[in-house]
Amino acid sequence: MKKYHSLAEVRSDISEGKTTVSALVDYYLGRIGTNAHLNAFIEVYTEEAKARALVIDEKIRSGNAGKLAGMVVSIKDMICYKNHKVSASSKILEGFESLFSSTVVERMLAEDAIIIGRCNCDEFAMGASNETSTYGLVKNYDNNDLASGGSSGGSAVSVQADMCLASLGTDTGGSVRQPASFCGVVGLKPTYGRVSRWGIIAYASSFDQVGPITHSVADAALLLEVIAGEDGHDSTASKELVPHYSESLTLNQKPRIAYLSEAVHGQGIDPEVKEMMLSQIKKLQNDGFVVEEVNFPLLKYAVPTYYVITTAEASSNLSRYDGVHFGYRSKNATDLESTYKKSRSEGFGEEVKRRIMLGTFVLSAGYYDAYYAKAQKVRRLIRDTSLELLSNYDLLILPTAPTTAFAHGEKTTDPVVMYLADIFTVQASLAGLPAISIPAATHSNGMSIGLQIIGKHFKEQEMLNFANFIEQKQ
Amino acid sequence: MKIDKDLVDKIAHLARLEFQDEQKVKIEEDLNRILSFMESLNEVDTSAVAPLIYLSDEVNVFRADVVKQEITHEEALRNAPKKDSDYFRVPKVIDQK
Repeated sequence: MKKYHSLAEVRSDISEGKTTVSALVDYYLGRIGTNAHLNAFIEVYTEEAKARALVIDEKIRSGNAGKLAGMVVSIKDMICYKNHKVSASSKILEGFESLFSSTVVERMLAEDAIIIGRCNCDEFAMGASNETSTYGLVKNYDNNDLASGGSSGGSAVSVQADMCLASLGTDTGGSVRQPASFCGVVGLKPTYGRVSRWGIIAYASSFDQVGPITHSVADAALLLEVIAGEDGHDSTASKELVPHYSESLTLNQKPRIAYLSEAVHGQGIDPEVKEMMLSQIKKLQNDGFVVEEVNFPLLKYAVPTYYVITTAEASSNLSRYDGVHFGYRSKNATDLESTYKKSRSEGFGEEVKRRIMLGTFVLSAGYYDAYYAKAQKVRRLIRDTSLELLSNYDLLILPTAPTTAFAHGEKTTDPVVMYLADIFTVQASLAGLPAISIPAATHSNGMSIGLQIIGKHFKEQEMLNFANFIEQKQ
Repeated sequence: MKIDKDLVDKIAHLARLEFQDEQKVKIEEDLNRILSFMESLNEVDTSAVAPLIYLSDEVNVFRADVVKQEITHEEALRNAPKKDSDYFRVPKVIDQK
């Protein structure tokens, strides 16, 4: 079967009788089987997906199918689906089965998407290489020795290796965009508050957003319009109306664009990543776009600010894993306190414990102002400076990551080195801005290089229109 | 700021975590390394800046106060590592010495 890059292609082939949803599901299940060594899936819903495909085929025939009919998706192991297991790729949630579905899952199912399985990720979404999962690392399909990126590594590889058409990941500091960049697919992080977090396992609540990973900008737009919007279950989900993003992906006028000097000329950027930026800038200027260089000296403080605040939020979000109400309980516990301590110490992996310790420290009496409050102040400066740039320009462009996919184990010895892999993605996260990564070039090492586009708050439409323009030109 | 063994113990207790032997040495080392990285924030003048706490502009999201049973008693207990028919079970809390 041919490799599909968008739902529109799938639907067109179905309407011409060239394929069916059932045939497509069988094809993807076959791909999942032959690519099992990539470790992208933790669980595959084989029988369910097959049964549902028959129902959706019938709906398409009778003309009452939803917007996502024919779309086969995977979900990151942070997203709850009723009566299905969900574990945040952690031993502490071993055997846990969700009692309800997340809003994003309900909305996808209501539009006739088929969920084919649950994808591997970094434990509690804490990582940039999908190496902290209790289920083991995920391999990049283009080069098995290299990382998938993370934390939504399994999701990105499931799309990259044609094991499904799209995936939902979660992005706290780049966890959708960076693996998308490493795997040569599209990854979108919506504006903070655009998508409901009901039924999403919490990592850092002033950052977390669900976002689609797809082959095409059009499918990212379509998925976003289905999952976004107000939700009675989540008061942080915005009441702002959701546009029909996918219906008008054309540039009506040329956006004014800025690029960050530090993200092109800075240190540690692979020369070919820099080359991709310079060539994009040149092409856009030749096409008559205003593309100007701006300075963002605060960029070097983005990663430390991000880690102070996210570890603080994580330490409090993860206090619920106590070995009492659900999940793993240590057999070595003798009293209530050792139930907590031993269950948590045996259930959480090394990186998660490191972040809980850091977060507990920066929130503790005597250190709160010097670390946590300080980082919240720098966060305001980073947000305000970003907003100021976006009052002069419509979009910012920068690389998604300073390098292409790195090798397994390359960054695992020093946590600070791994944290710096997020350097270009955390700015949008700190400022709550929407951002998208699209494949923009291929490195001489054969791996994809992602271009990141940052838009204004709730202006996903303008960002998607521009991303679609770049995609079409390639 | 230098984190020592005593501070590691104190934070670990607050976080209800335990670290033994070489793990304890490793976490002390990691925390110090990461904190010195975080301390670069002290180079930024924030004397006139208020902390950014809420990211959303949404205010006072109201809903009707209606009682709903969204999960049953049995469902609430379904994922418990140890339970009886009515309750979560934990080791004995009150010592009867």
